[in-house]
Amino acid sequence: MKKILNNKTRRTNLMTYLLVIVTFGVMQSLSSAGMLGSSMKGFLVPICVYVSLAVSLNLLVGICGELSLGHAGFMGIGAFTGILVAALLKEKIPTDALRLLCAMGCGGLMAGVVGFLIGIPVLRLRGDYLAIVTLAFGEIMKNIIGNLYAGVDSEGFHMAISTSKMKMEAGAKYIINGPLGATGVQKIATFSMGFVLVMFTLFVVLNLVNSKEGRAIKAVRDNRIAAESVGINVTVFRMKAFVVSAFLAGMAGALFGLNYSSVTATKFNFNTSINILVFVVLGGMGNILGSVISATVLYVLPEAMRSLQDYRMILYAVVLILVMLFTWSPKVKEVTSVMSDKLVRIFRKKEVGTNE
Amino acid sequence: MNEYSKKMIKVPTMNLFREQDAGKLPVLDVRNLGIDFGGLTAVDGFNITIGPTEISGLIGPNGAGKTTIFNLLTSVYQPTRGSILINGVDTKGMSTHKVNRLGIARTFQNIRLFSEMTALDNVKVGMHNEIKCSFISSLLHLPGYRKAERLANQKAMDLLDFMGLADVADKKAGSLPYGVQRRLEIVRALATNPSIILLDEPAAGMNPSETTELMHQIRRIRDTFHIAIFLIEHDMNLVMNVCEAIAVVNYGRIIAKGTPDEVRANPAVIEAYLGREEEA
Amino acid sequence: MQILQYLINGISIGAVYAIIALGYTMVYGIAKMLNFAHGDVIMVGAYISFCVTNYLGLPAALSVAAAVVVCTLLGIAIEGLAYKPLRGTPSLAVLITAIGVSYFLQNAAQLIWSSSPKNFTSVVAMEPISLADGQLVITGEVLLTVCVSALVMVGLTLFTGKTRTGKAMRAVSEDRAAAQLMGINVNRTISTTFAIGSALAAVAGVLLCSTVPTLMPTTGSMPGIRAFTAAVFGGIGSIPGAMLGGILLGIIETFSKAYLSTQFSDAIVFSVLIIILLVKPAGLLGKQIQEKV
Repeated sequence: MKKILNNKTRRTNLMTYLLVIVTFGVMQSLSSAGMLGSSMKGFLVPICVYVSLAVSLNLLVGICGELSLGHAGFMGIGAFTGILVAALLKEKIPTDALRLLCAMGCGGLMAGVVGFLIGIPVLRLRGDYLAIVTLAFGEIMKNIIGNLYAGVDSEGFHMAISTSKMKMEAGAKYIINGPLGATGVQKIATFSMGFVLVMFTLFVVLNLVNSKEGRAIKAVRDNRIAAESVGINVTVFRMKAFVVSAFLAGMAGALFGLNYSSVTATKFNFNTSINILVFVVLGGMGNILGSVISATVLYVLPEAMRSLQDYRMILYAVVLILVMLFTWSPKVKEVTSVMSDKLVRIFRKKEVGTNE
Repeated sequence: MNEYSKKMIKVPTMNLFREQDAGKLPVLDVRNLGIDFGGLTAVDGFNITIGPTEISGLIGPNGAGKTTIFNLLTSVYQPTRGSILINGVDTKGMSTHKVNRLGIARTFQNIRLFSEMTALDNVKVGMHNEIKCSFISSLLHLPGYRKAERLANQKAMDLLDFMGLADVADKKAGSLPYGVQRRLEIVRALATNPSIILLDEPAAGMNPSETTELMHQIRRIRDTFHIAIFLIEHDMNLVMNVCEAIAVVNYGRIIAKGTPDEVRANPAVIEAYLGREEEA
Repeated sequence: MQILQYLINGISIGAVYAIIALGYTMVYGIAKMLNFAHGDVIMVGAYISFCVTNYLGLPAALSVAAAVVVCTLLGIAIEGLAYKPLRGTPSLAVLITAIGVSYFLQNAAQLIWSSSPKNFTSVVAMEPISLADGQLVITGEVLLTVCVSALVMVGLTLFTGKTRTGKAMRAVSEDRAAAQLMGINVNRTISTTFAIGSALAAVAGVLLCSTVPTLMPTTGSMPGIRAFTAAVFGGIGSIPGAMLGGILLGIIETFSKAYLSTQFSDAIVFSVLIIILLVKPAGLLGKQIQEKV
């Protein structure tokens, strides 16, 4: 009995990995064969970034059951840390891929640390109130990053939250320039690294979900009081989910930041957080494979509808509403179940007929 | 050991105990426990001592404060007065999960299972603190993780089998029938390796044959795991048959204590349940 | 004198937040949902008012009335089409639908009115009052905003306290199932709440754009989030709480811009929110509900 169970989750996990590997292989060979348009090529890295953001947010929203509206904040921290690290290590680590890895690691660490610090006060709140506070933190982080200055001159590294405090030499180059964001970023992000990021995110999240830590996190989601009564420290497990999720978002953010020549903090606003949340909810709460698919499809969808020009975002909105109505509305569910029952009956009748 | 000698169970005392527990440290020692909600005193002057292998019952009319007492014992509420000692350790100021690690586990009146998880996983959550495997090892699924999981699976299945639930191991807890859910909650409580379990109306919603089965199981739990059981129940047949000692509460106070026969004959108990004759 | 001027400005912008927050808070209290499309209803209201005055050349009062009517109908339509079918489903499903509605309204506005900003002419035609030799200036917008929000607040309190529909609303927000058993038409009550909330949003839209005259399809979203914060600040679900939260938020925002830092005013406002929630987890005037074991 339990073997079947283990195999079932193992099968789903395996399928998730396989799907990602196969898709990567196909896209990579199409790309090297020159069969991908330049716009499609440009999507590859962001898709990887959003897939891993969706998976990491699903850990928080689906598995841990806590609504977060500030995921883009962690992404932003990761992006700007990554850009800084990559710029500072330019001479020390000449290999692009290695420098990128370092930048992603640091981006993740920074986001994880910030997540931990935020988590200490915030995780005492629950439900809608936690959602509001994460929203507030997302906005605060965006606000601070948007007023951050950093640069290097002959005296070394400078960082401040206003130009007057920077004391940079005249003509020295800023890496991060306040509201203008990071400019002149060397684009070292690659699709292969995006693939590595997605695989790593999946590995961490799927392993976590299927371990004792994951069980404890799910137990806290299902029934907090019962979880406490069997000796589970609720705060610790909410914190673990929160920090791991922030860490992964930070890594994804670093890759994202290093994929463009200039990035501003406004990119990591409330709307981006909401978009990631939409990927998670449409993919299914707690359903990791669903997050992977929905992030990919929903990222490509508005881009693929470019020919519709002004109508595409309105169509996207309509599709979003309709999908929610069709997946959740009790009336629609009733109708579909009646329909499927009828279909099954017809099918069975036919089967019986052929048997006779 | 000397330090605790004065708290040891002596024979004879007014407390609830089994003779075989004499000279042992009580698993639960509650003194003068009380809690006020705002101006309302919900529980007051509650004393009880339970021996390591005792089955005792807590009865009383609806709203007498029975579940509140359980909530106090498991630190869901912090008491206003009095002390609770579990295996000789004062639980003052401890959180629920810490108290559980001292050896107290419970079930809930309104079932609180992890309904989206399988029955097996529910039990494995109960074994959480017993599974020795680091966070990193869980994240990366190192060999230590696999070994710990295998052992956990084995023990969880054994426990489920003990309560006759082995064949629902992979079913979602929320989809199980009521009676099965109640028994699963007991298994989950047992999985935390407690020295005492609190059962809050374990027979509620069960049919007579299920209740009889439950009575045997409660005795079997005590005899197999050598632990104490403290239960709230309205089914007098179950209470009188399975409990060796009973405390009766009304308006948050103990009104009678003793063996089932003593309690049955106590006029205060009859009054609490049936009302005074003059009034009727 | 300077400080008094900032206080007045703060109360004025806070009063707008308060009116928006009232809409959020009523909908949350009764439908238990975070209606993220509320901010965009504000924008629609402002556009309607803009069109009526600029294209039809009708007087300002009429434009406000038109905005209120359109937004009320819009609110009822949104509730009936998008939210009602999802009643009783997890709150996250409704939240995402609300986000869908928000996208829809913003993009529809962009299609109809284009994304280029419109210059909104204030609905108030009154010379600013100068006090203390011109050190203190009170504009007509400030007076109107404060008066309207006070009126709305009093009106809503009387409405929920005295009228049948208002009492039904309170009952539904307390316990939907029990209200239904008492013969209250829950669907109609929720629908009425959306209508009132949206009408308030229209008024807020006109007032907001009279104070800050740029009108764009995204005009409503940031004040929407701010007002939502204000609602939580004061204790979501509580009408006086929304009012208090809105005004306080406006004052904090103005003061932090004036005395602390212009760039970091967002961070300051949201930090205050977080601190308040940590000290009083249910907001300033909210009720703390303990889970029963």
